[in-house]
Amino acid sequence: MRAVHTYLLLAAAEFRRFSTYRLAILAGVFTQSVFGFIRVSVLFAAISEAGGTLAGYDEQSASTYVWLGQALIAPVAILSWTAIAERVSSGDIAVDFARPVDLQLAWWARDMGRASLQLLARGIPPLFIGAVTIGLALPQSWTAYPLGLISLILAVSISFTVRFLVNLIAFWTLDVRGFVNLYLVVGSSLCGLLVPVHLFPEWLRIITYATPFPSMLQSPIDVLSGYVLDAAAVAVVGSQIAWLVFLVGFARLVQWRAAHRLVVQGG
Amino acid sequence: MVEFSTRSRDPRAHVYRTIIGSRVRSQLAYRASFWLNVTTSIGVGLVEFVELYVILANVPVFGGLNLRQAALVYALANAAFAFADLVFGQLDTMPSYLRLGRLEVMLVRPMPLMLQLITSDFQLRRLGRVAISVVIIMVVLPGLDLQYTPATVYLLLITPFIGAAIYAAFFVTAGGLQFFLISGEEFTAAFVYGGGYAGHLPGSVLITPLQVLFTFVFPATVTAYLPALLIMGLPGSEYLPAWLGWFAPLFAAWAWLLAGLAWRAGIRRFTGAGG
Repeated sequence: MRAVHTYLLLAAAEFRRFSTYRLAILAGVFTQSVFGFIRVSVLFAAISEAGGTLAGYDEQSASTYVWLGQALIAPVAILSWTAIAERVSSGDIAVDFARPVDLQLAWWARDMGRASLQLLARGIPPLFIGAVTIGLALPQSWTAYPLGLISLILAVSISFTVRFLVNLIAFWTLDVRGFVNLYLVVGSSLCGLLVPVHLFPEWLRIITYATPFPSMLQSPIDVLSGYVLDAAAVAVVGSQIAWLVFLVGFARLVQWRAAHRLVVQGG
Repeated sequence: MVEFSTRSRDPRAHVYRTIIGSRVRSQLAYRASFWLNVTTSIGVGLVEFVELYVILANVPVFGGLNLRQAALVYALANAAFAFADLVFGQLDTMPSYLRLGRLEVMLVRPMPLMLQLITSDFQLRRLGRVAISVVIIMVVLPGLDLQYTPATVYLLLITPFIGAAIYAAFFVTAGGLQFFLISGEEFTAAFVYGGGYAGHLPGSVLITPLQVLFTFVFPATVTAYLPALLIMGLPGSEYLPAWLGWFAPLFAAWAWLLAGLAWRAGIRRFTGAGG
């Protein structure tokens, strides 16, 4: 129980840390909203060209897809994050390994704290703006909400674990920036932010589902918006669980190898 | 000093060449890392193309353009944005210069501040994005059946540079505004990167308020879409008629007027932090 308490404290501290940047939050909401309007324009133009519906999206559900995406992108955080890599290159990581908390779990807890704050501060306002200006569609079943919450927690966890893995590359090479940017390019193309994965041509969709990226954004959007319902929604959540289990296991292995590679200079 | 005078008449030009040369050499020092970065830069140039490709795989025309035509708009805008990013992208780090008090140091040096910022981190890898744009243009041009009149050739050659000037003005405007925004730096991404995103699209798909914003305030649609309409001989839409494309240099001048005002206001306001 003491251990759980420690991780909860870490999450709470990160929640408070991110809550202090008020102007940054406002700026983020503003910018995400401008992007939201551009993305709504794009999808509406495509849908009207297709004659009213495209891959199961009409204007209402496309708007919901866009604004949920703008709301979830900050908490899910498919972005350049090198906090651990910097600690590896500075040598601080040796201290982290000596702490009485698990490296991966501690950062995971902190990331959940960050995500919770950003869901409230940067997630709700764009949804509200989208609802007022363009209009949103509500899911057809109440089960979308609890399942959506589970899907979102899984999405943040998957996103964190992949970022954690990319940071661990720092144990093998000093310059991780190239790998981080590569992850960013592939991730933002395939996660379903710019255009729904359901619109991808088949060859690209197959490649996309072979990566964890749709599980980070497309999946929670699908479940929360009711694009998939009931059994189909449970299946989506199930595939997210499978990805998370696989990635956490892989990260454990990599972290174990990394710790054995680590040479501490002086002290 | 002898080498100094033989190499260049203007000692200042020599200084800039030396600085940029040193940045370029340091990036080439780690070959594997450099090529990974170039690959990534090419990828950055393709991310938003995925969106256009996916949409045009579902519908035959988008905003009045087919895939080839949309690809030309995309590539012209992308080349322009990449050029602007290569030279002025460093202004993105203004907030951290301000926060860390590194700007004071730059202000006392006998070099113009803007030139110091530009040369402080000249990222050669960003040329990868220019390269992929040129490749896309080369691939789509033969299939477009263009009439190569002097006017179209002029527009094809000049558009990436006018476009680059416009996007560069966005970066400078943002840099100037950072003096006022401090931790609200993300506000400027709305027009720098939002403008970049809008400029890559067929402008007619944007909802009307955005067409006005990204043409007459931040002229992103002028960087590629409007000149491309002229190049391809298309009429454009109600709010964005093709003939506006002839006025691209005027729009660029307007963007630089905004940039100049924002930058001057920012520098004048700057008081330093006693560093």
